[in-house]
Amino acid sequence: MEKYRANLMVCGGTGCIAGGGLKIKDALVEEIKKRGLENEVNVVLTGCNGFCAEGPIMTVYPDGVFYEKLKVEDIPLLVEEHLLKGRPVEKLMYKEPEKKHAVPVMKDIPFFSLQVLRALRNKGMIDPEKIEEYIARDGYQAAAKALTEMTPEEIISTVKASGLRGRGGAGFLTGLKWEFCSKVTADQKYILCNGDEGDPGAFMDRSIMEADPHVVLEGMIIAAKAIGASKGYIYVRAEYPLAVRRLQLAIDQAKEYGLLGEDILGTGFNLDIEIYQGAGAFVCGEETALMRSLEGKRGMPIPRPPFPVHKGLWAKPSVLNNVETFANIPPIILHGADWYRSLGTEKSTGTKVFALTGAVNNIGLIEVPMGIPLRKIIFDIGGGIKKGRKFKAVQLGGPSGGCIPEELLDTPVTYEDIVKTGAIVGSGGMVVMDDLNCMVSVAKFFLEFTADESCGKCPPCRIGTRVMLDMLTDITEGRGKPGDVELLQDLAQDIINTSLCGLGQTAPNPVLTTIKYFADEYESHIKDGWCKAGVCRDLVTFYIDAETCKGCGACMRVCPAGAITGEKKKPHHINQELCIKCRSCFERCKFDSVKTGPASMREELLKKQPVEA
Amino acid sequence: MPRLTVDDLKKIKEQYKSTLTLREGGYRAKITVHMGTCGIAAGARDVMDALLDEMAASDTKDVIVTTSGCAGLCSREPMATVEIINEAPVKYCYLDPEKIKKIFKEHVQGGKVVEEYALVVGSETSY
Repeated sequence: MEKYRANLMVCGGTGCIAGGGLKIKDALVEEIKKRGLENEVNVVLTGCNGFCAEGPIMTVYPDGVFYEKLKVEDIPLLVEEHLLKGRPVEKLMYKEPEKKHAVPVMKDIPFFSLQVLRALRNKGMIDPEKIEEYIARDGYQAAAKALTEMTPEEIISTVKASGLRGRGGAGFLTGLKWEFCSKVTADQKYILCNGDEGDPGAFMDRSIMEADPHVVLEGMIIAAKAIGASKGYIYVRAEYPLAVRRLQLAIDQAKEYGLLGEDILGTGFNLDIEIYQGAGAFVCGEETALMRSLEGKRGMPIPRPPFPVHKGLWAKPSVLNNVETFANIPPIILHGADWYRSLGTEKSTGTKVFALTGAVNNIGLIEVPMGIPLRKIIFDIGGGIKKGRKFKAVQLGGPSGGCIPEELLDTPVTYEDIVKTGAIVGSGGMVVMDDLNCMVSVAKFFLEFTADESCGKCPPCRIGTRVMLDMLTDITEGRGKPGDVELLQDLAQDIINTSLCGLGQTAPNPVLTTIKYFADEYESHIKDGWCKAGVCRDLVTFYIDAETCKGCGACMRVCPAGAITGEKKKPHHINQELCIKCRSCFERCKFDSVKTGPASMREELLKKQPVEA
Repeated sequence: MPRLTVDDLKKIKEQYKSTLTLREGGYRAKITVHMGTCGIAAGARDVMDALLDEMAASDTKDVIVTTSGCAGLCSREPMATVEIINEAPVKYCYLDPEKIKKIFKEHVQGGKVVEEYALVVGSETSY
C-alpha cells in the first residue's frame, strides 16, 4: 500500500451528498491528478461526520484542517494552495459561530461548573409553593417507590450502602441509625427533622426548606416507612419565618393530595407531620435537648444512652435527621446507592452543601462533591478573597469547629480529613477570613456565643466557657499574662472531657485551633501588647510609613476623627492624640503604608510629634 | 382535591413538566424571580412588583412569571432567571425595578440578552 502524505476525508453522508459531496470528490480527484499529486494525496469518502448543516465538508489529515460548505469551483484553489503550497485556505475553513453575546456560560464559571447539585437539585428551579412543580421534577416518585415496592429492610440497606452520613455535623451513618430504630418494637415511633440551624454564618437548611420544602417531607416519608413511624415533627427555629410558612404550605398541599395523612398513595401507610417552632436556643440543635423542647420542656440535653433510637421523644423510639440529610434520601432511593457513591470518597460519599460566606467574592450556597480540596472551594468557587486581600483562615463547623490556616488548604473536604485539622465539617458553615482578622478576637467571638448559649446543666461548660472567655477578653484588652495560653488549653481539655453534650464537648475547638495554628498571634498579644491586625484597640498604634506613603490622601478622607494630616504627594501623618484606632485608614490604604505597632509605640510617637500651633 | 395514587403522580409530572420546560403549554418565556430570604432582603419584592406592572402594562400573556428560592449566589441578589423557549436560561444579578423593566423589554420582548446585567448563561449540573 502506498503511503500518502495527505488524506482528504470527504464526507459521504446523505446530507453532504445531497449538497454535492460526490461532485466535490470527483473535482478533487481530477484536480489532484492534474497537479500530479495522485501518489501523494489520497481522497477518501467517509461516513456522516455529523456536521450536516455545514456540508459538503472535508477534513484534511494530518493537519486536521476542516473545510465546510465546499463548492466545485473552490477545488482548484484549494488543491493549489493547501496541497501544493501547503497554505490552508482560510476563507473555506470552518469558523466558530460568532458568540451570540458576551455573557459567559456556566461551564466557564467555576462557581457553577465545580458544583454538583443533589440536595439542592431544585434550588431556583421550582416554585416552592406549588407541589405540582416539585412532582414535575420527579417529586414523590421516591416515596411512591419506597411505599409500594420496597420493604423497610430494603430501604435501610440502600441508604446504608449509599454511605450517607448525617449532614447535621456529627456524620453518623444515616442508614445505621435507621436500622437501630427499626429493630426496636414499640407502639409508637417518631421521625424528626432537625431544622434548628444555629451556627453563625450557616444557612444551608434554611435555603433547602425555603426553596424545596417538599423534599424534606418526602425524605421523612421514606424514613418513616423504614423505621415504622406514623408521626413526624419538623423542628424549625422561629427566626426562619419564610421556611416555616413554606413548609406549612407544603404540608397542607401534601395532605390534600393524600401524600401525608392516612393511607398515603393508597398504600395503607400513615404519616402525619407537624411543624414545631423553636425559640432559637442553640443547644436545641442537640438531639436530646431538641426532643425535650418538643415535649414542651426546657431544652436541655440528657445523658446517652439510652439513645433516642431506643428512648427518644416522649420516651418512644425516634430518629432525628438533619434537613440536608432528608433532602438526599429521595434521589438515593430513585437512583440507588451506587449512584450516590459515584461522588465523594470511600468514607465520605456524595455531596455536601456549604454556606460559603465571609471575605470571599462569591457568597452563597454551594454543593460540592466530598473530597474537593478547601482551596478549590475558596479560590475557584468562591472566586478568591475580596478586594485582593490575603487569605488568613477558613472557619468550618461554626462554634463547634475550628479555623484552618493557609498551609492546610489542600485538605480534602471529608469527615476524616477535616477532623485531623482540629476543625469539623459540621453542618456546613464556611466562613472565610482575610488578613484583617485577629484570630484571638475570632476565638473570643465564638466563645462569647457558646458561653451565652450553654444551657447551664454541666458546670464545666457553664463556668468553664465563661472563664475561658474572661481570659480571652483579658488577652485582647492587654491584660494577658504569660502562661495564659497553656491554661486555656488545659481548661479546654477539661471542658471537652467533662461536658455532657456536643455543645460543651466542642465549644473549645475555636480556641484550640487558633492556638494551634496562630500561636504567634496569641504571643504577640500577650508579650508585645501588639495586635498586628489592628483589631484589638488597646493593643495597637497606627502610624504611616513615610517611605512608602504616596500622599494620595485616601486615609485622610476616610479618617472620622480628622487625625490624619499631610500635603498631596507627601507622606501623611497620624496625630496620635486624635486617633481613635478605628482602623479605617489601615483598611483603606492601597500601598500598605498604614502600619500597626504595639500599644507602647504610641508614647514614643507622641514624644516625637511636632507640637501643633 | 383528589387523593393521589402512584399513577396520578406520573400524570401530574407529565402535565406540569411542560410549564417547567416551556416546550408545550403555549408559553414563550419564563421569568423566575429568586425569592429566598436573601433575595427578599435585597429587594426582590420590588423587582417582582415592577415586573408584574410591566407585564400588565404591555398586556403580556405568553410569559410565565414565577418565584423560587435562593439561586445560590446570595451576594448578588436580587437575581432572576430568564428562559426564552429553545434558548439557554440567562441569570441576571444585582437587579432593581429599573433593570428588570429593561430586561423585560429588551430580552423577553426583544430577544436580546441585556449583557450589562447578565451573570451567566446555562443550567446547573444536577445529578
